[in-house]
Amino acid sequence: MKQLNKTNLGWLIFILVAFLATQLLVSFGIIDAFYEITLMTILINIILAVGLNLIIGFSGQFSLGHAGFMAIGAYCTAIMTIKTPTLVGLFAGILLGALIAGVVALLVGIPTLRLKGDYLAIATLGVAEIIRIAILNMGSLTNGAAGLSDIPYLTTWQLAFIFVMITLIIVVNYIKSSAGRATIAIREDEIAAESMGINTTKYKTIAFVIGAATAAVAGGLHASYFSVIRPADFTFMKSIDILIIVVFGGLGSVTGSVIAAIVLGIINVFLQPFGQLRMILYSLALIAIMIFKPSGLFGTKEFMISTVMKKQKTKTPTKKEETK
Amino acid sequence: MSLLEVKKLTKNFGGLAAVSMVSMELNSNELVGLIGPNGAGKTTLFNLLTGVYQPTEGRIDLEIKGKKQSLIGKKTYNITDMGLGRTFQNIRLFKNLTVLDNVLIGMHAKNKVGTLAGIVRTPHFYQSEEKMKKEAIALLTIFNLEDKVAERAKNLPYGEQRRLEIVRALATKPKILFLDEPAAGMNPQETADLTALIRQIQRDFEITILLIEHDMSLVMNVCERIYVLEYGRMIAHGTPAEIKNNQAVIKAYLGGE
Amino acid sequence: MENFIQQLINGLSLGSIYALIALGYTMVYGIIKLINFAHGEIYMVGAFIGYATIHTFQLGLIPSLIISMGFCALLGALIERVAYKPLRKATRVAALITAIGVSFLLQNVMIYIVGPQVRAFPQVIENKVYSVGNIQINQTQITIFLTTIILMVALQFIVKQTKMGKAMRAVSTDADAARLMGINVDNVISFTFILGSSLAGAAGVLVGMYYNSIDPLMGVAPGLKAFIAAVLGGIGIIPGALVGGFAIGIIETLISGYGSSLIKDAVVYLILIIILIVKPTGLLGKNKKEKV
Repeated sequence: MKQLNKTNLGWLIFILVAFLATQLLVSFGIIDAFYEITLMTILINIILAVGLNLIIGFSGQFSLGHAGFMAIGAYCTAIMTIKTPTLVGLFAGILLGALIAGVVALLVGIPTLRLKGDYLAIATLGVAEIIRIAILNMGSLTNGAAGLSDIPYLTTWQLAFIFVMITLIIVVNYIKSSAGRATIAIREDEIAAESMGINTTKYKTIAFVIGAATAAVAGGLHASYFSVIRPADFTFMKSIDILIIVVFGGLGSVTGSVIAAIVLGIINVFLQPFGQLRMILYSLALIAIMIFKPSGLFGTKEFMISTVMKKQKTKTPTKKEETK
Repeated sequence: MSLLEVKKLTKNFGGLAAVSMVSMELNSNELVGLIGPNGAGKTTLFNLLTGVYQPTEGRIDLEIKGKKQSLIGKKTYNITDMGLGRTFQNIRLFKNLTVLDNVLIGMHAKNKVGTLAGIVRTPHFYQSEEKMKKEAIALLTIFNLEDKVAERAKNLPYGEQRRLEIVRALATKPKILFLDEPAAGMNPQETADLTALIRQIQRDFEITILLIEHDMSLVMNVCERIYVLEYGRMIAHGTPAEIKNNQAVIKAYLGGE
Repeated sequence: MENFIQQLINGLSLGSIYALIALGYTMVYGIIKLINFAHGEIYMVGAFIGYATIHTFQLGLIPSLIISMGFCALLGALIERVAYKPLRKATRVAALITAIGVSFLLQNVMIYIVGPQVRAFPQVIENKVYSVGNIQINQTQITIFLTTIILMVALQFIVKQTKMGKAMRAVSTDADAARLMGINVDNVISFTFILGSSLAGAAGVLVGMYYNSIDPLMGVAPGLKAFIAAVLGGIGIIPGALVGGFAIGIIETLISGYGSSLIKDAVVYLILIIILIVKPTGLLGKNKKEKV
């Protein structure tokens, strides 16, 4: 069993501990109903950020349309669960949302991913806006600008946690496969990648589709946890929110995105009373990070369980960040 | 029949003909040089042959299993897959990736494990990863880079970066390898080592090499045949001895009166 | 037919505002290859400066325009020096994220200062309506159109006739070569931001007059549309911004007039995606390929 090597076992234990610790905090009421909202937001943001990081940080394509794909997932899940308010309805909604988002990403991606950096950013932004305007104009199905309310509460944080894990496994396995290496090669040098026999459009599209599908999953969880969704929840601003997490965590670092989602989620709680000042701080931080460390706070560094385990064995003080 | 046949190839940029009416042939298992003064259109010709540019006119045919296949209109990655590998004049390695990853990426196109198999980690995926890594390290060993597998490409010294680029191109399993000024920026000792290495590659891998080079001694030393470009036109073609005494070539290099 | 001409007239005045903003995008892109996302916010600031001068200080249209243009010019130059200059050698993605950060900052600072609510823009000129048959033209539309034309002519003069304009064109063709020729590239870039931002400031005041309302988030949508206009005309090309601006303005009013105003934005984005796929260099652009 190659799947159960030491590194993977280490991660499994790490994840179980994280899950149990959260469970304990919830059971003892330290994470109360109010903080559970923060917990859910963090979990949903992890999925969003990891998916966007796959597109921006690993394939090197600049997408500003993440909120659009999230909207597809949210509305699919909402419509499905209002009709079928069971877990089956929830799963069907999330799956359908991911599927539709994937197909839309495929249709949009094939022509637009040939565009270079900033043109692609604008094109994806345009796609997200078109999705939002389409949702606004779908009559009683989406209920226009007022949005959908009374979406059945079917999501728990445990369920979201499982979805986070599924997303992480898919994204990490992809990155660490031959196709993933081809994708990263495109980020490094597109012309050289092409002359290595790599069909660049294909791998950009695959990364884009996976990213879009995971955004839809996050959207589905969002709809079924918060129970109310409006097209205004999925504007350009939402895409920027996710972008901030990705940049903080490092373009090209999965663990960076996870840590950034958690840290920013917690900071948000403390900065809540400051209102607008919080947004000013975020935008200043965004500019400062780009000026002083353009690859994001963690760069492409990953938190590696194998190095932590090795360090433990040799009894040297644990150093959490290790270059790949 | 020759392995690669180029007929009356022309590329116009605006009104300027960067390459005009160029014809050439490459046979299997030979080492051919392409020389010419700066701006003669050598790299443009490479870019036409590898599909980076599309020619305005002319034909490029590659022999695959006894059949002629046109390369016109094909994408760069298709052409690489059909057996044309290349290096770049200004090194274009995947700088932030390891030496090993650079070579593995070169092997990707010939690796038949699907994207989905990689995500769900089938046993087949693990086998092929293992096999690719072994092959990559074997290849790196031939070029004395086996100690550097975990190093990032950008941290290698210049000469090793040039060598890694050749390894990466060989990883695509080419029938014809295009080397774009591999000796650029090298000192005489390094150039001599490279000369030996190019000979060795051609012999051991049994491939055809087309070499663009400024360093005349290198070209005259290793190439069996030489093509000479000037202002986008093929002005001469022959053995090193013939080229050395060709009046047109001497005029092109020394300036005519 | 009359309706069509009416829509065309409405489209021209909206289009001239887009064109003014698009010029800033195009000039900056032409010089440093950056989509200055914050440009829409500069135009928003321009609208608020106009509001302050007209409402609080009771100034007329022309002094308000001049003050707004001056303030925005300074703001644009400041943003360039503080946020963009350190990133000249950085990746395109890093520069773009910074531009988004600046845009986000300006929005939030403005919300912090004046609050998020929409406010009515004071009436600065008497809005007479002229009728020819059933076609109506009001004073605001004429003022917007004339102001735009005057600014365009001035810009054309600066770019074509002055030494600075010549330097701008040199830098946009090849910044390194221009530097070797003794051109102070940093100053030229700052000057480009000053020109572009002042036009955006003017557009801010004019749009306040056109829609009669302003708010801190007003820059986002017109900013994007003006950018689309610049891409449509061919980014980096000054006449392209004019063509694109008027085209987007007219298309938008025609769709609102004949179809549904709900889908007008979607159509504009669709045009963007189509132009990017079919001819990414825009209507007036020439094709270029990366050198290997």
